Amino acid sequence: MADGIPGLTLVHPLEGRRDALAAASVGTLLSLDLEAPVAAVDLRVDPDGSGPAAVGAAVGAALPARPDTWTALPSGLALRLGPDEWLLTSTTADPQDWEFHVDETASAHGGMAVDVSAQRTSVRVRGTAARDLLAFGCSLDLRPAAFPRGRCAQTLLGQAAVVLVAYDVDDLALIVRSSFAGYVADWLVDAAAEFQP
Amino acid sequence: MQLIACPWCGPREETEFSYGGQAHVPYPEHPASLTDEQWAHFVFFRDNPKGPFAERWAHASGCRRWFTAVRDTRTHKFLEEVPR
Amino acid sequence: MSRIAGYGRVDRSRTITVTVDGTAYTGHPGDTVASVLLAHDARPQTTSVKYGRPRGITSSWTEDPTGLVQVEEPFPEPMLLAATVEASDGLVVRGVNGQGRLAEVPDTARYDRRHHHCDVLVVGAGPAGLIAARTAARRGESVVLVDDRPTAGGTLTGTETIDARPALDVVADTVAELAALGVTHLQRTTAFGHYDDGFVLALERRGETARTRQRVHRIRAGRVVVAAGAIERPIVFEDNDRPGVMLASAARDLLHRHGVLAGREVVVFTSDDAAYAAAADLADAGAAVRVLDARERAPQSWRQRCEERGVAVETGTLVHGTRGEEHLTAAVVGTVTDSGRREVPCDLLLVSGGWNPTAHLVSHVGGTLAYDAALGAFRPAAPLPAGVEAVGAANGTFALADILREAGGTDAPVAPAEEWPEPTLVLWHTPGEATRQFVDVARDATVADVARAVGAGMTHPEHVKRYTTIGTAHDQGKTSGILALGILAELTGRPIQEVGTTTFRPPYTPVAFAALAGRERGDLFDPVRTTPLHAWHVAAGAEFEDVGQWKRARHYPQAGEDMTAAVLRECAAVRTSVGIMDASTLGKIDVRGPDAPVLLDRLYTNMMSSLKVGRVRYGVMCGNDGMVFDDGTVLRLAEDRYLVTTTTGNAAHVLDWMEEWVQTEWTDLRVRLTSVTEQWSIAAVAGPRSRDVIGAVFGDVDVSNEALGFMCWADTTLDGVPVRLARISFSGELAYEVTVSSWYAPAVWARLLEAGQEFGITPYGTETMHVLRAEKGYPIIGQDTDGTVSPHDLGMSWAVSKKKDDFVGKRSHARAENRNPLRKQLVSLLPTDAATKLPEGSQIVRFCDDGALPPAPVPMLGHVTSSYHSAELARPFALALVKGGRERLGEVVHVPVGDELVAARIGETVLVDPEGARRDG
Repeated sequence: MADGIPGLTLVHPLEGRRDALAAASVGTLLSLDLEAPVAAVDLRVDPDGSGPAAVGAAVGAALPARPDTWTALPSGLALRLGPDEWLLTSTTADPQDWEFHVDETASAHGGMAVDVSAQRTSVRVRGTAARDLLAFGCSLDLRPAAFPRGRCAQTLLGQAAVVLVAYDVDDLALIVRSSFAGYVADWLVDAAAEFQP
Repeated sequence: MQLIACPWCGPREETEFSYGGQAHVPYPEHPASLTDEQWAHFVFFRDNPKGPFAERWAHASGCRRWFTAVRDTRTHKFLEEVPR
Repeated sequence: MSRIAGYGRVDRSRTITVTVDGTAYTGHPGDTVASVLLAHDARPQTTSVKYGRPRGITSSWTEDPTGLVQVEEPFPEPMLLAATVEASDGLVVRGVNGQGRLAEVPDTARYDRRHHHCDVLVVGAGPAGLIAARTAARRGESVVLVDDRPTAGGTLTGTETIDARPALDVVADTVAELAALGVTHLQRTTAFGHYDDGFVLALERRGETARTRQRVHRIRAGRVVVAAGAIERPIVFEDNDRPGVMLASAARDLLHRHGVLAGREVVVFTSDDAAYAAAADLADAGAAVRVLDARERAPQSWRQRCEERGVAVETGTLVHGTRGEEHLTAAVVGTVTDSGRREVPCDLLLVSGGWNPTAHLVSHVGGTLAYDAALGAFRPAAPLPAGVEAVGAANGTFALADILREAGGTDAPVAPAEEWPEPTLVLWHTPGEATRQFVDVARDATVADVARAVGAGMTHPEHVKRYTTIGTAHDQGKTSGILALGILAELTGRPIQEVGTTTFRPPYTPVAFAALAGRERGDLFDPVRTTPLHAWHVAAGAEFEDVGQWKRARHYPQAGEDMTAAVLRECAAVRTSVGIMDASTLGKIDVRGPDAPVLLDRLYTNMMSSLKVGRVRYGVMCGNDGMVFDDGTVLRLAEDRYLVTTTTGNAAHVLDWMEEWVQTEWTDLRVRLTSVTEQWSIAAVAGPRSRDVIGAVFGDVDVSNEALGFMCWADTTLDGVPVRLARISFSGELAYEVTVSSWYAPAVWARLLEAGQEFGITPYGTETMHVLRAEKGYPIIGQDTDGTVSPHDLGMSWAVSKKKDDFVGKRSHARAENRNPLRKQLVSLLPTDAATKLPEGSQIVRFCDDGALPPAPVPMLGHVTSSYHSAELARPFALALVKGGRERLGEVVHVPVGDELVAARIGETVLVDPEGARRDG
């Protein structure tokens, strides 16, 4: 999907920092990688109604039941951002279609979905030092027991709002508004200096 | 750096929150029927108690939900954080 | 040379050189600047801040009120203590006289911060802290242990035994066990502030060769165990500030830590048992030592040990003063009744009046300290704040055996109990001339100064502190604070517990601003927000301006152009052909739900429910006070969906504010708000040729005025990518906003440029945009308004609905004050010389009818809010807020510019195309 449309080139918001992030990686200790753009909608629906289950059925997996957790979709993620808010991503759908598809179900249950595919971008932070690195700028308790796989959180990294996603002990992602992405990337590259041999 | 317990996200550092002033000050049902003085009281006057105070807070850097908290203005201790 | 063989934990296999006040001294790794100097019988060249009296080194750690130095190399840093600066090869320092000098070159070192979470934070790695940490770690708790010295062990010197083994061996074993248990153990790390909810800030000094020079650890702990030890208390006597006077524990510390004997002829003046250990150890190391005990009885076992070493012990004896020029040569000694004064030659006078628990971190979070008459000190008092504990000397427990038991409970190792101790005699000062008895040596504040404060009517320690400045120096009164309280109690005839204490506040020790700033310097000082077109702007040579956190292209100077020239060129291009601007920074909010029209009707002053799908309306938002706080366009996308734009700098605030209404006030409304600021990028294409450009790029769209009229929008696609075209103009010219997913913004921008090439399409920046909008009298919220301006003041009554029952701000508009005809109103100002650009912010005055200024104070009519050169008008012009401005059209007022008063004529705000003929092309 990312480059499925001929003619117009999709430019990743962090294209200009791709190399710097790669250069800041340190073996198995730390790797920083841009994630490919994905279709994403912001879903708003009453958590106590029939909406979440219906949307879950429409996107192929149950939505996370608790705020600050995520579940996997067949080709994407469902992150619960708040009491009545989810971020649903798809690596295969076209953004417009994804909004239409989710919205169709959500609106039948008093909810709605809004295309936010280009609103945010994502950096994958992996390695045995991944959590250490984030501890330089994030006040949350990121020890694996406190922030295990399946958790996500909207919080601050440095001075930027991010959605932090725990895929595994050594595997996390930072989802960040694209206008702040350059700052966050620069912050990560600078923080990674601590782990350079 | 105080912790404030967001009803949805749990305890977070206070810098993630923004302050919304006194809670439970409803928007008047018929502003037009109020005198200038009554309207001015709604717009400009708020309580300033020594002790427990119900306030609005927003988890601005988190889930962006507004909630009501009761804070003791003498100690800054949060006594209660509830949705709305 | 006073380095003693067989003593100290410095690495004698290596020699380093430290330069102090221009003289090179040799030392060893493990030394401090103070120990290097004392090893050479030297001291830093410092004098006191007020009286210029010589100052030496009086302690071996952070409590030292003297011994201030400035580091020159490797990097200038002012106001450090010789006692705490670790010696390193090539270090250059000089003594300072109470005032340091900031570096004039940028600090290239790296500083950062790191967050920690743990069950238990233990502050202090002396015997109490080590055992407390071990006990917690053995229980399976996660533990962080911090200690400010380079090595663990606290005041243990190596002469003690624990579990019948050398105490330092037990320390080493414990440190190893802590590491094995996964304890985060940080030495050279000072916990300097303790805050709410178990939050402690600690500064780690990682050294000059580390990648990061200093690190602030932000530690969130379930429990905080304060095991920070205690600080020895001096006794005040005449000329007690003379170099050569030192705390007894400091001399012992210097000997055992650094192998330095601080004097050869030593007098120990004490009212406490602990100083005897210093007497014995210094005698063992070769000094001639005499103990003067203020008490009537000396501790029996210590007296015995002194006798074995040939150390004379005199009881009931006081030091009354000192003799010497630059350095101590003798102590003036007498009895308690001041009889039989005599001089005792000495080059080191050690003093001990007992110990003060280092309970600062307890006090920081509101823990109370209570006076303990037996100790002559304040100690943590029950109940401690929740989650805070104090153990060991910090809790007023001073005997090693007791300390271990307190820290470890049943899991504690054992130390032999002290035999036959004598109680401490609390003695603040000996008799003598009060003007030469220094309470705070760092501040040159004496007993006489305290008396003067009392004489001036001050009785509270906080007042006395501020009057005398006692306790306000770099050491924050670590040794002087309690003395001041004791002397104040004495002078006012009250028990010390009634006098109270001053409040301990962070930081415990000075912290460099650089450390607090951490990595938030340079590019990371504040987040820089950029649009998808930022790289293009950079490549095009744009000058940027900060709008909130955004970087916006301000103008694109060509070779040889200054901003004025570039902006005039860009303005002319838009007014005569076509320009293109990146408007992506505008805040964008997707407002969805069946009640979206209701919400927007309540939040905007004008009617949004009547807006038709496919149309755009300009809207103004006011606060409850009726004052404008944001404006922007509103597109109706569907019956239940709008796209709202906000000003760039106010986007987050507007969304929070809208959310507050929806979430807390009108919770029944079925409407949801989503920020889509970064989702959509906007290229503004403006100018008479803009229709040609848009028509060329979007061939399948009918861009005629009939098909796509002013304030209408239409959706289309470009190579399959959805694009929205909207006829919105902020310049008065025919103009289009091209909105596209930010993924494709650079591609669409390139297409527009390509198509505009034949018309000389000119990229323009925010400065040009500001000029163009000002020529049309469009206000910038936050520039032409300041939170005290209503829509009516802006001449925008047309944007305020009279049909709606209510909207936010409506009731305020009806307040008497808001109908005052003398309110400031937006007008234009044309300087009558047609040449002077009036500085923004200038005040506006009016001459009397006789042509003279009114008498002072000259009434101010208002101020200039925006001012530019206009290419279209071929002259400068301004917008201004002027009292009763709408009634003054045509009047000439004056604006001070430098020393001149420049005449300007008040006029209508719309200066270009008042008929609005250009907007349709």
